Amino acid sequence: MDLLDKIFVAPFRDMVDLPDILVQTLWEGFVAGILYALIALGFVLIYRSSRIFNFAQGVMVVFASLAMIWFNQKGIPAWIALALALVVMLVMAIAIERIVLRPLIGQPDIILFMATIGITLVLIGIGEWWFGGENQAMITDKLGVPGEQWDLRILGGRVSIRQQDVAAVIVAILLVAGLLVFLNRSQMGRAIRALSDDAQAALSVGISLHQIWVLVWFLAGVIALVTGIAWGARVDITFNLQVIAYKALPVLMLGGLDSISGAIVGGLLIGILEKLFEIYWAQPIMGGGSETWFAFVLALIVLLFRPQGLFGEKIIERV
Amino acid sequence: MNITANPAEAAADPHAGAGEVLLSVNDISLSFGGVKAISDVSFDIRKGEIRAIIGPNGAGKTSMLNVINGFYHPQQGTISFRGEVRSRMRPHEAAKQGIARTFQNVALFRGMSTLDNIMSGRSLKMKANFFWQAIRFGPALREEIEHRRRVEEIIDFLEIQHIRRTPVGRLAYGLQKRVELARALAMEPDLLLLDEPMAGMNLEEKEDMSRFILDVSAQYGTTIALIEHDMGVVMDLSDRVLVLDYGQKIADGTPAEVQANQAVIDAYLGVSH
Repeated sequence: MDLLDKIFVAPFRDMVDLPDILVQTLWEGFVAGILYALIALGFVLIYRSSRIFNFAQGVMVVFASLAMIWFNQKGIPAWIALALALVVMLVMAIAIERIVLRPLIGQPDIILFMATIGITLVLIGIGEWWFGGENQAMITDKLGVPGEQWDLRILGGRVSIRQQDVAAVIVAILLVAGLLVFLNRSQMGRAIRALSDDAQAALSVGISLHQIWVLVWFLAGVIALVTGIAWGARVDITFNLQVIAYKALPVLMLGGLDSISGAIVGGLLIGILEKLFEIYWAQPIMGGGSETWFAFVLALIVLLFRPQGLFGEKIIERV
Repeated sequence: MNITANPAEAAADPHAGAGEVLLSVNDISLSFGGVKAISDVSFDIRKGEIRAIIGPNGAGKTSMLNVINGFYHPQQGTISFRGEVRSRMRPHEAAKQGIARTFQNVALFRGMSTLDNIMSGRSLKMKANFFWQAIRFGPALREEIEHRRRVEEIIDFLEIQHIRRTPVGRLAYGLQKRVELARALAMEPDLLLLDEPMAGMNLEEKEDMSRFILDVSAQYGTTIALIEHDMGVVMDLSDRVLVLDYGQKIADGTPAEVQANQAVIDAYLGVSH
């Protein structure tokens, strides 16, 4: 009886009784969701144009961030370090296309997936040799991101909003908007969509596979750097951070691998539900710690009913 | 059993400058594993002509187009385009040299509108760099407007104004084929390869498409090679016909000559052994 009350009654009573805590929880979930969505976006971009599931997306976040911090530590101003980190990601995209993707054209998807695991290991190796293995603090303050927080006295209580989180949300929204404009309005964006719609036809109108691959890997690198900056405001950057990429997996299962809007909605959904579940159900009932597994269980449940995810194109297999 | 057009007929050809060879295929052989798709086929396509490639199913017609635009690489033989023997070539390089094509099964970008599909045919003509294109400003904007103008001309030419904004996935099959032709024309190709442009069309649609093909040839002077099964269409449209059967060339000549050729009649009607 007590358990039923804890599952079905108490959480909702608490939400109504203490609306300030509910708002705080929703905001925290929203910010986390934005970050999940960003990582998932990196996956979607590469998957759509080359049907490759890029295992290295998480490591790219760490690699791009460490590169920027390293340049800054060498005395280069933060904004120029940011630009140099983008150059590093461009060089990485070109190298990956030349050395890994081009020789593997036409190979089965699983081989390309394995290749991205290889890329992950190589990037970790290069990263530890170049930048060292220590934890690094993100240089958000030097990029002009304020470190204060606003305490809003509303709803009969207090809601704290960190300005870094607000900045992360704004940057993420700008990035996504820019990406959508680029994909939908520019000739290059058209070429990327063309390639994902019908590769053969895209080649026949003169779209270069190699150019597009470099472009999407570079864009995934840009997204990785932005993710790193936003995430780095909350925790130190180390190669262990690459596991955040695994958080993108349930997001992708929910949103579908080929849908940009799916990645965004999926990310927000998981971020918010995960926080709500943690605060209102997991902590009272089992003492918390649900954030490591909740997203995966949620994705599993969704997959049972909709194998293509919430927004993915319907998979019709002819037998 | 080769028949070549005689000089008197070539001179009477309605296309000015016909006779100059645009593309020549020399002793091409292509096999997949143990299966020979094309064996020792040679032929040429002259500037300005409409060249038909016909033959029963599995004769190697589509394989031949795939060789010409770089999807397949023949094990033997050479191809020269505009007098230059070309080496192993990728599809986008063939496109860059001025070879456009359509596909047997409509290959459009289904998520896009008619306009975007045709605009994607301008990919190679866009010169503004990456950065300007990305933010769609300055030179890129001027360029986009110029390309839009060219694309609108093609849209008018093929009479598809009314479906300009429609996602192509929603169009009727005949219209999809027309959009595919428009996309190929947007590349302003020197050589246009059409793989069964009239397959699955009704009579009216076939007549429209035939008219467009003739107009493209007359108005833009584009050289066209087409695969087609409808013999009436082939005889009406084409200047010369290449006949393939089991990957081999069995005849090559004017429609009338090919029609009268015994090997062709045997290939189509079957022959008792």
